Amino acid sequence: MNLLTAVIFLPMAGFLLTLPLPRENHKFIRYFTLAFSLVTFVISLFLIPGVPFGARPAGSGFSFDVNAAWINVPPIRYHVGIDGISLWLVILTTLLTPICVLISWAHVHKHEKAFHLSLLLLEFGLVGVFCSLDLFLFFVFWEVCLVPMYFIIGIWGHDRRIYAALKFFVYTMAGSMLLLVAIIFLYNKTGTFDYADILAATQKGVLTYREEALLFLGFFIAFAIKVPMFPVHTWLPDAHVEAPAAGSVMLASVMLKMGTYGLLRFCLPLFPTAAHDNAGWISALAITGIIYGALVAMVQPNMKKVVAYSSVSHLGFVVLGLFTFTQQGLDGAVYQMLNHGVSTGALFILVGFLYERRHSLEIKDYGGVATRAPHLATIFMITMLASIGLPTLNNFVGEYLVLQGAALVHFRLAVFASIGVILSACYMLWLYQRVFYGRASESLMHHLPDLGTRDYWSIVPLIVLMVWMGVYSESFMPPISAANAAALPGIGAKKEMHVRNLQDRQYRPDSLASLREFFHADR
Amino acid sequence: MPTASYLPSSEDYLRFLPEIILTVVGTMIMLLDAILGDKQNQKPVFGYVALVALCAALGAALGGYSHMGPAFSGMLTIDGFATFFRVLVISVGILTVLSSFQYLKREHAAAGDYHALVLFSVTGQCVMAGANELIMIFIGLEISSIATYVLAGYLRDDKRNNEAALKYFLLGSFATAFLLYGIAWIYGATGSTNLTRINHFLAANNESGLLIGTAAALMFVGFAFKVAAAPFQIWAPDVYQGAAAPVTLFMSVGPKAVAFAVFVRVFFTAFDSISARWDPFIWASALLSMVVGNFAALTQTNIKRMLAYSSIAHAGYIMVAITAHNQIGVAAVMFYLAAYALMNIGAFAVVTYFCRQGERYVNIEDFAGLGWKQPMTAGLFSIFLLSLIGVPLTGGFFGKFYIFQAAIDAHLVWLAVLGLLNSAVGAYYYLRILVVMYMEEPGEAACSVAPPGAALQTAMWATALGTLLLGIRPSVLLDFVRSSSVFGK
Repeated sequence: MNLLTAVIFLPMAGFLLTLPLPRENHKFIRYFTLAFSLVTFVISLFLIPGVPFGARPAGSGFSFDVNAAWINVPPIRYHVGIDGISLWLVILTTLLTPICVLISWAHVHKHEKAFHLSLLLLEFGLVGVFCSLDLFLFFVFWEVCLVPMYFIIGIWGHDRRIYAALKFFVYTMAGSMLLLVAIIFLYNKTGTFDYADILAATQKGVLTYREEALLFLGFFIAFAIKVPMFPVHTWLPDAHVEAPAAGSVMLASVMLKMGTYGLLRFCLPLFPTAAHDNAGWISALAITGIIYGALVAMVQPNMKKVVAYSSVSHLGFVVLGLFTFTQQGLDGAVYQMLNHGVSTGALFILVGFLYERRHSLEIKDYGGVATRAPHLATIFMITMLASIGLPTLNNFVGEYLVLQGAALVHFRLAVFASIGVILSACYMLWLYQRVFYGRASESLMHHLPDLGTRDYWSIVPLIVLMVWMGVYSESFMPPISAANAAALPGIGAKKEMHVRNLQDRQYRPDSLASLREFFHADR
Repeated sequence: MPTASYLPSSEDYLRFLPEIILTVVGTMIMLLDAILGDKQNQKPVFGYVALVALCAALGAALGGYSHMGPAFSGMLTIDGFATFFRVLVISVGILTVLSSFQYLKREHAAAGDYHALVLFSVTGQCVMAGANELIMIFIGLEISSIATYVLAGYLRDDKRNNEAALKYFLLGSFATAFLLYGIAWIYGATGSTNLTRINHFLAANNESGLLIGTAAALMFVGFAFKVAAAPFQIWAPDVYQGAAAPVTLFMSVGPKAVAFAVFVRVFFTAFDSISARWDPFIWASALLSMVVGNFAALTQTNIKRMLAYSSIAHAGYIMVAITAHNQIGVAAVMFYLAAYALMNIGAFAVVTYFCRQGERYVNIEDFAGLGWKQPMTAGLFSIFLLSLIGVPLTGGFFGKFYIFQAAIDAHLVWLAVLGLLNSAVGAYYYLRILVVMYMEEPGEAACSVAPPGAALQTAMWATALGTLLLGIRPSVLLDFVRSSSVFGK
């Protein structure tokens, strides 16, 4: 049996095996889910040697390629495979699922069976999304992810959970309907759902420019809602805040990546011309998201909201990197997807720890936590510094590459984007200061045990990854670079590798014309 | 011509066998009912008899597939299309009978007439499915409709039942009159009521435009009423809400499916050559139905009424496929109707189960916490609702997919975009049921409910498994509908 297919269907097998278990037996269900997801994770690690760390494999360019018939007419195939980009996203998913089981151990007290079923179904959908090489299959997995997440937010969330769950579902549904129209349209044009065949067809030019532009928009809007990009991000703070810790972690770390992954895998290679023509305003939106997200994060009274808006900001970097069409930008964007998965996931876990102890997400209810729980404070510190982008920790590498890519295209993009880095230091440090320093209130002292063994098990892997990815990115980067390098010619990359001189154009900071020029020049 | 050829051959009877079985057994039930009198303990017997008759008819309808061809001098024609719809409506009948046992017992309603009426209605629908003649269509429609009118008011001591029946009957007969008037115009203009001959006539002479156009418009009104498509949908919410739950289950699927079958057959054979004229009307009706259905459903509190509006929206989706006016479109209509039948019957079966005596619990809020009190039933209900939303791995998703594929193939990209955005709106009200079932604390209604009876459970499981089967392996049905979506002209 193909290893990748095994990784995709193991969570499904876990789901089906859990289904008949009696729901009173929740302790067993917990252990069972934990064991099952750990086994899935270990097996998924064996995918790494199968993906070449240098050049891409010959043929389709994807490893573990399986192409089996599913539906004859229209020809929908079970076609999966991974390259350097999807490899890490799959492993991120399989790593975070057991961690989510662990962090929910203590505070999911109702309907445990349904919770673990949802988690397994979610893992199945997410892994499937990153491996699908058939557009229809991709859409199926894309939608499959939606349902368990909807339940996770709606059943185990906080007070406004129902509103948040509905908003999440309807936003994504609206986007995915556009995606479906676009996919069907592509099928009617090319007669196939197969990614490689469609890629070949669009490169041969079966689409008129108008069609390409509209299809690009269809795909782009669906993915932009998922990312989420400013101004369609409004579902995200609600969903994040109301979701239980495990939901927030899966949502931030993996589900948001579905959007950016979709942009990289489909939007750019399939519609390169339209992507180039629209890159101006998309980069502008990305930068707006970076700065806006950071500014809004700064004034939030709720810890989860701070982290949620910081996600808007960080994902802005990813989109900016993608639309530079440079090797550095794409590498940085993919690396940033993983970084954000690790560090924001860790932040949500840590906020979850605080919530578990004090049952509040409001910053004003905390203060002086460091005196009572020094281990928690230290780990939070490392995670926060990683999220800010401190050198030697993971986010620095990604942000640096994105900024470099942006600078290659247009230096001013990098200038504005880097404001986001500065602001992230502001809101994160301020958050840390208010929560962990100062004098601890009387009630807080009684409710704050330090990290337990189970807490360590769930957070330490992520801390290790933060340092590893920050210090030695060579362990992770080569397959990503190889995949991007192979995709770049199709995307129509910029080959010149020099920073443009600011003096070569009249720079008038006070006029609107320069602003317009700012976003449109050099494209 | 020798006289013998006017007498029906044995082949003709074989092709007409399902209708014969149903009529005979239906009449027999009425007689038996009179003989046996009003004994309480005899009640389930009629249900079993009806079930056996329907199963036999199902077998006969399937058997008819190997004896395809015209019957009774071309009045009927048994082809793949007819077989598909006969099997569909008979299956709907079976599921209706299965869902009715518990309900009839609960309401102390007479079972004899009820099952006879269901059988007659199914007979009428079978006739419609195989009709190749406007007159046959009309006769089938009347047999089916009159039985359904009576069913809608079956609990005659119930106020809402009476209101539903009266409304359905008055508006329904009005619509039938339109249809009949249209048929008269057609006969006047072309000198025939045979669909094939009308098509030949229209293809040969294209001078009588206004006359034919008016006739097509009149017939469109009749059909649009029967399928509850906007702007002729006004009756549906009141009737669906007022009628007994298992009757609504039957009414929202059987007559609707077969009305679509006739709609497609008449407009794609008889009026095929003037399609440029009627396409815009169907386009508008499709869009209007989707918008009216989905947006009105958003604000409903009664689940039957909400499902009524949802069924208007689904009629709109099906009209999109008809607008596409190609062979993929016809296949999509057939596939969607099968998926719709399964998921809608499933949903109404749950409502039938849950509403209790006197239909006390029919508000969406009453379902609060059902997910934790009756996990099995709630799980099945979730499958139906997710299928109605159109989530992948359910039949509803593939149904929508084929419909919008047909639409895009016919360059109706904007209609497809609007339709799909509409279904995102639709997601909201189906999700509300999931919300109350799983995310709210169990209320009085959910706590007091006993598990469903065996017959009802069979119906729920059958529809749920069917929904999943169509979602995971749509080829089982798709290959058949693709091959039978062409009819001879």
